[in-house]
Amino acid sequence: MKLKTLLAASAVVVMGSSIAGAATLDDVKAAGAIKCGVSQGLPGFSNPDDQGNWTGLDVDVCRAMAAAVFGDASKVEYVPLSAKTRFTALQSGEIDVLSRNTTWTFSRDNNLGLEFVGVNYYDGQGFMVRKDLGVKSATELSGAAVCTNTGTTTELNVADYFRSQGMDYTVVAFEKADEVVAAYDAGRCDVYTTDRSGLAAQRVKLSDPDAHVVLPEIISKEPLGPAVRHGDNQWGDIARWTLNALINAEELGITSANVDEMRNSDNPGIKRIIGADSELGAQLGLSSDWAYNIVKQVGNYGEAYERNVGPNTSLKLERGVNELWSKGGILYAAPMR
Amino acid sequence: MSKAVVTDEKLPDLPPPSNTVGPVHWVKENLLSSPGNIALTIFAAWLIYMLVPGTLDWTIISAVWAGGADACRANPEAACWPFVWTKWEQFIYGFYPAESRWRVDFAMLLLVVGIAYLMIEKTPGKRYMGLFMLVIYPIIAWILLYGSVFGLEEVKTNKWGGFSLTLVIALTGIVFSLPIGVVLALGRRSNMPAIRSICVVFIEFWRGVPLISVLFMSSVMLPLFLPEGVSFNDLLRALIGVALFSAAYMAEVVRGGLQAIPKGQYEGADSLGLSYWQKMRLIILPQALKIVIPGIVNTFIGLFKDTTLVLIIGLLDLLGTVQAGIADPNWSIKSVPYTGYAFTALVFFICCYGMSLYSRKIEEKLHTGHKR
Repeated sequence: MKLKTLLAASAVVVMGSSIAGAATLDDVKAAGAIKCGVSQGLPGFSNPDDQGNWTGLDVDVCRAMAAAVFGDASKVEYVPLSAKTRFTALQSGEIDVLSRNTTWTFSRDNNLGLEFVGVNYYDGQGFMVRKDLGVKSATELSGAAVCTNTGTTTELNVADYFRSQGMDYTVVAFEKADEVVAAYDAGRCDVYTTDRSGLAAQRVKLSDPDAHVVLPEIISKEPLGPAVRHGDNQWGDIARWTLNALINAEELGITSANVDEMRNSDNPGIKRIIGADSELGAQLGLSSDWAYNIVKQVGNYGEAYERNVGPNTSLKLERGVNELWSKGGILYAAPMR
Repeated sequence: MSKAVVTDEKLPDLPPPSNTVGPVHWVKENLLSSPGNIALTIFAAWLIYMLVPGTLDWTIISAVWAGGADACRANPEAACWPFVWTKWEQFIYGFYPAESRWRVDFAMLLLVVGIAYLMIEKTPGKRYMGLFMLVIYPIIAWILLYGSVFGLEEVKTNKWGGFSLTLVIALTGIVFSLPIGVVLALGRRSNMPAIRSICVVFIEFWRGVPLISVLFMSSVMLPLFLPEGVSFNDLLRALIGVALFSAAYMAEVVRGGLQAIPKGQYEGADSLGLSYWQKMRLIILPQALKIVIPGIVNTFIGLFKDTTLVLIIGLLDLLGTVQAGIADPNWSIKSVPYTGYAFTALVFFICCYGMSLYSRKIEEKLHTGHKR
């Protein structure tokens, strides 16, 4: 009897505290910064620059959220997470948003208590081989030795692909990307497979980057996007519409350079988003200039892309499918009205 | 009358025979004394020929020493030291705010001064200095690094990183593991069954699990057991894990020393009427710890290197910041990862070899004829 009372009491305590922790926005405002889970260093997506500031496409999502909530993109506390600790950190409340090159999948969304709010980079797994192998397509890779990272979806995708094609292969797997590249460069395997953004990032580290070719096949869908804890819809909406605001701003031609002029524009679509009397912020529990702050301080999606991973960076990633829907890509944000 | 050939002057020493001195003899004696030795010499010479010129060329002669990323990109087949110069502050301080870095500097300076004071012979009050370094210094260092008192701005532990974080973890492990280890070792040899079994279980548990799983449990599982909103600082969790882990190892090292003390020492102490703690403090432990200095330092060095495992729970120690720096797309050059890892290895080697030298010195100083 006593034990039962004790159990009931502790259950109340546990539930009580989880209810208290439900309003992430209030917690974030009280803490004065958004706790943002990032990688321990992933070129172009989240990595510290020479001055020790975190930069990257994933980092910009967090900065945009901070601009939306606080009006100051620098109010982010970065928590570097390994691939293995990232979900627990979000579940346990150590971070408020996970923006760490994470593929949106069914089981992650449902099993792990996460809520993916959108996609900030459409990736897909590809293959890189030496040009002198003469391979033109991934279907010719039967019997190949494949270099890849352990513990990620890439390994599983390779297994699926080769099985469905009825081909043999051997896996040469490593923990770190640097080791995979070194092994591939040293000729320990014929094929290097990872997400195509990763292939681009690692290719420049090869002895002779031009002696390698990326095969046309993309064997998996890897929609990478930020995630929040399941159950706090307001916080989820803030994350989702911050991302949408970035994309919509590009579509409407609002950039960090012209946002002040655009603020007085007559275009009703622009006015609704960044106008001085915008009513959208209030619906999220934010100030009316939330979207203005995002674009002013972080830029639109296109600017973030060019700055971090675009053709002028060392990653040299073309926009491809990450172009706006109106320009031939699949980036399509819900309208803000 | 025969003439005595006696001289009362000492004849001058003759030089040793010419075939037993000089470099030629040394080579004959040490390198070419037997067929096996000749084979080993040839093998070693071949190894040196294979490794040394290439290493020297890569790290020093052809290496890029000045300039920026572009200079390295032009010469990707040799070390890229500008990478280290540029990221130097990150490697040392992590993300510690620039305006507060003097606090880290000051804490490190205190550490260096304290250790130097203890190392230099014949400085007065060594005992108090040692006590200060073991008890007061960690508190001062914590206040300096964490702040939030005495008008120092609070610097959250997630901003700590780089070599200073490596030092924090290693020193915490070192400072806590020795006293806890001694207590555990005494407990394990205690006559009281309850204490003995607690100590045995503790030691065997912590020694039986890998450090990586201890860290993993502390960072991944513990937060799930705690109610939402209640969260331990992740650095603190790692520190506790590392300290308890190394304490278990230390306990076994110390127990080895305790067992090496002859029974007569225990009995002698008893016959003098010393209490248990007097006996341990005055007779047994000073001898036992002296014997196991190599083992203790061995554990410290192992602990120092094990600190890099905190990488997997997301703490960016020296190795972590180097790896994060390697990920910077501005530095995605073939030579950069190798340079980063070589730099890390060098730093760790200097620290571990320094510890080893210091321990040898202490051993010499405390040498009272117990070594053969």
